[in-house]
Amino acid sequence: MSPRARLVLFAAVTPVFAVLFFLAARGLPSFGSDFHPYGDRAVAVAIEQRATDNVVSSVNFDQRAVDTLGEEFILFGSVIGTLVLLRPSPEERQVGQRSAGRVLPTTRLAGYLLLPVSVLVGLYVIAHGQLSPGGGFQGGVVLATGWHLLYVAGRYLAMRRAAPPTVLEITESLGAAAFAAVGLAGLGLGGAFLANVLPTGSRGELLSGGTVPLLNAAVGVEVAAAVVLLLAAFLEQAVVLRRVDYQDQR
Amino acid sequence: MSVLPYLVAGWLFLVGCHGLVTSRNLVHAVACLTVTQSATYVLLLAVGFRAGATAPVFSDIPVGTRVVDPVVQALTLTDIVVSATITAVLLALTIQIHKRHGTVNPDELRALRD
Repeated sequence: MSPRARLVLFAAVTPVFAVLFFLAARGLPSFGSDFHPYGDRAVAVAIEQRATDNVVSSVNFDQRAVDTLGEEFILFGSVIGTLVLLRPSPEERQVGQRSAGRVLPTTRLAGYLLLPVSVLVGLYVIAHGQLSPGGGFQGGVVLATGWHLLYVAGRYLAMRRAAPPTVLEITESLGAAAFAAVGLAGLGLGGAFLANVLPTGSRGELLSGGTVPLLNAAVGVEVAAAVVLLLAAFLEQAVVLRRVDYQDQR
Repeated sequence: MSVLPYLVAGWLFLVGCHGLVTSRNLVHAVACLTVTQSATYVLLLAVGFRAGATAPVFSDIPVGTRVVDPVVQALTLTDIVVSATITAVLLALTIQIHKRHGTVNPDELRALRD
C-alpha cells in the first residue's frame, strides 16, 4: 500500500473512530467520580486483611499476583526473543579491545559517584515496595540503570567482565523461578496458587504484607538482570560487533 | 467537561496511529507505537481518578482517606512493563532488518528478500 493510500484510509477511519470513542467516553462514569467499587474493595483487603500500606503493590503481588506472573514471563520471553534476534551473524566479527573513546573526567567522576547511590536507591525501592511507591519492577530498572553508569564512565569492558551474560541469564531465570516457587508454596500451604501464606505482620513494618516483599525481591532480581541483558545486547551491537564486508556478503 | 480527560487518551491514540501510518523509519514507528500505547495509560488513570483524592499508599495518611483507584494503577504498571518489552523486541527486529536490507524505511521493504 502506497503512503498516500495509507493516509487516505487513515483519514477515512479517523472520524469514525473519533465519534465512536466520544460516545463510549460519554458512557463511562464521569471523570473524578466516587464510583470505584473494585478500588474500594482492593483498599479494604490490602489494609484490613493483608497489612500492606502500598495498595498498588498489594494488587500487583497479592490480589492479582497471577497476572503479574504472566507479566513477568512476558518480560522473560521478550528478553529471550531479543537475545536471539541480536546474536552475532556469521558475517560479523567482534572487534577487540576498542578504546572507550574520549570520556570527560567529570563524566567519569559522576558515573563512579552515582553508581553506589543508584544501586542503594534501587535496593531501597525494591525492599520498600509494600510500604511506599515502588516495588520490584521500578527498583529493578533503577538497579540496571545504575549499573550502566559504568558504561557512561567509559568502563564498558569492565562492565562486561563483571557481569557476563551467562551469569545474568541464570540470575534472571532464578528470579522468574522464585516467583513461581512462591506461588507453588502458596498452593501447597494455602490451597491456592500464589495464596498469601506468610504472616502479614503489622502495617508500616518492613516485613509486612506476607509474600509481597518476597515476590518484590524475586521480580526486582529478574527485572534488573533482564534490563542489563537487554541493554548489553544492544550495546554489543553498537560497540563490539562490526560487519566484515557488507557488499561481499550479498 | 467531564469527558475531556478520556478524549485526551483518544487523541493520543490517533496521534500515535497517524505517526505509524506516515512513518518512514522503523525506529520512528516503534516510538509511535509507544505513544499509541501511552493512550491506554492515560485512559486507565483517568478512569481511576477520584476528585480530591490522594495516592493509594497508606504509610503516611490515615486509613479512610479518599484515595484514587489502585486497581487501574496496577494495570497501568503491567501495561508499561509490557510496552517496554515490546519496544525492546521491535528495536532488535529493526536492527536485524537494517543489517539484512540496508534500510529502515518500511516503504522500501516491499518484498521480503533473501
